[in-house]
Amino acid sequence: MNFRAAGAIYGFEMARTGRTLMQSIISPVISTSLYFVVFGGAIGSRITEIEGVSYGAFIVPGLVMMMLLTQSTANASFGIYLPKFVGSIYELLSAPISYVEIVLGYVGAAATKSIILGLIILATAGLFVPLRVAHPVWMIAFLVLTAVTFSLFGFIIGIWADGFEKLQVIPLLVITPLTFLGGSFYSVSVLPPIWQTISLFNPVLYLISGFRWSFYGIADVGVGVSLAMTVLFMALCLAGVWWIFRTGYRLKQ
Amino acid sequence: MNPIISVANLSKTYASGLHALRRINLDIRRGEIFALLGPNGAGKTTLIGIICGIVNPTGGTVTVDGHDIVRDYRAARSLIGLVPQELTTDAFETVWATVSFSRGLWGKRADRDHIAGVLKALSLWDKRDSKIFTLSGGTKRRVLIAKALSHEPQILFLDEPTAGVDVELRKDMWGIVRSLRAAGVTIILTTHYIEEAEQMADRIGVINKGELILVEEKAELMRKLGKKQMTLHLHAKLDAVPAALAAHRLTLAGDGTELVYTYDTQAGRTGITALLHDLGAAGIGFRDLNTTQSSLEDIFVDLVRRGQ
Ligand SMILES: Nc1ncnc2c1ncn2[C@@H]1O[C@H](COP(=O)(O)OP(=O)(O)OP(=O)(O)O)[C@@H](O)[C@H]1O
Ligand SMILES: [Mg+2]
Repeated sequence: MNFRAAGAIYGFEMARTGRTLMQSIISPVISTSLYFVVFGGAIGSRITEIEGVSYGAFIVPGLVMMMLLTQSTANASFGIYLPKFVGSIYELLSAPISYVEIVLGYVGAAATKSIILGLIILATAGLFVPLRVAHPVWMIAFLVLTAVTFSLFGFIIGIWADGFEKLQVIPLLVITPLTFLGGSFYSVSVLPPIWQTISLFNPVLYLISGFRWSFYGIADVGVGVSLAMTVLFMALCLAGVWWIFRTGYRLKQ
Repeated sequence: MNPIISVANLSKTYASGLHALRRINLDIRRGEIFALLGPNGAGKTTLIGIICGIVNPTGGTVTVDGHDIVRDYRAARSLIGLVPQELTTDAFETVWATVSFSRGLWGKRADRDHIAGVLKALSLWDKRDSKIFTLSGGTKRRVLIAKALSHEPQILFLDEPTAGVDVELRKDMWGIVRSLRAAGVTIILTTHYIEEAEQMADRIGVINKGELILVEEKAELMRKLGKKQMTLHLHAKLDAVPAALAAHRLTLAGDGTELVYTYDTQAGRTGITALLHDLGAAGIGFRDLNTTQSSLEDIFVDLVRRGQ
């Protein structure tokens, strides 16, 4: 293992993040606040409590998840797409490093950034609604697992993308809809049975459900299932990354 | 001494079906400056790309200091520095950050003194805090060289380092190359400025359409393929080469005031004595003569043309 190389990539990526820190933190914080004003305040006050949790508080885990998924994917995909785009990827390919170090550096930095962001959003939410965290260790575990998994996913997107549009398309057309339909703003138990069944095919449902359980102890699916699905998705992403570097897909001619 | 790089039967066929390299065999000697010449699209960058790990070979093997570049890539690559042909750098980083990053990628302990030394040698010290996108093309080229030197490579690849570079930087660059060579670094460079290869290289390889058509000591190459020309500056103007001198295959130049004789330095007899004798017999006097030797450029153009 070339830990110095992984550290160099991580440091380099974190420095890049640092330069755009204000915009990358302020915009999610503002949009989260808007969600609270609209859903938590204006609409939420007319919605009855869900399983003993006020609507404003109920949506917090879903909102954090939504930011976590979109930000992790966006950060990681952009991080690896940029050197591909400007051509400086030649250096990564010719360095005495394996894909393990490359992934540790890029995915580690992207995940770190979205974890920090997730915590900031939680803190912002705490200003609007009373938060309680029933299982803090599990809360952190879900936060970290999801950030890492979707950073891996973003890394794959960044390697696959051969234009800036493709970089945008997956977060916009796949992740955001899946988060909205995955129970960010409602419990799937309020849906008609047929839609409940369909929702079970949405992987994001399991993430949100598990994360919400760590706050309020309520869940749409069993927490064990949530954990298993998260780990499964992570394993799929790891397999994808392994395949990319084994074949040189979109990296080497 | 065993070669530092050994390329055996190396082939590359791109996905497009293009055969960029055909069974290349080449040994690079430790500590030499090797110039790889060839027209556009000959396969120079492809060959360098394979050795450095950027391009996957289709067939054949490469070892670097005994380490296979695929199986033992860490050991192989840790010895190599690459200055790519294209100006490919990060844009928003500072010079200092990007050069330090390269050193880190190679797993070397951070060393501010070494980085400072490299930047000073390349006249980049004043620009160390500038963002790369604000630099001129030639300065970006220096940054790429600094990145490659940041991790103290034993082998340095320079893929057209002087393309688009002014005289001053070119002089700096060759100064650096000489001092690296003196320190024992092996250097492989490509260039389209053949006089540079002629000045700098110990050995020369010529590649054309993916085939290595020649590898030779520079001095030997110049001697072997070098033709000499002797120009006689005549007293009186001639309208044509006199029939009596036809056997010497002379050409007339300078509006009939010069006779040019081309001969092979390799031949046992240059034919000069006979020529001078026949000139005297024909009553042609000359006031001066000079000889010139063909440059590497002439040799190169000739070789490539023959390959067409
Ligand atoms: N990624 C690629 N896909 C397909 N063909 C390629 C690719 N890269 C290079 N080639 C082709 O391979 C051949 C060799 O290219 P290469 O870049 O190695 O030449 P070169 O000798 O470096 O030329 P130049 O002097 O112009 O830099 C060319 O015909 C080129 O078009
Ligand atoms: Mg080239």
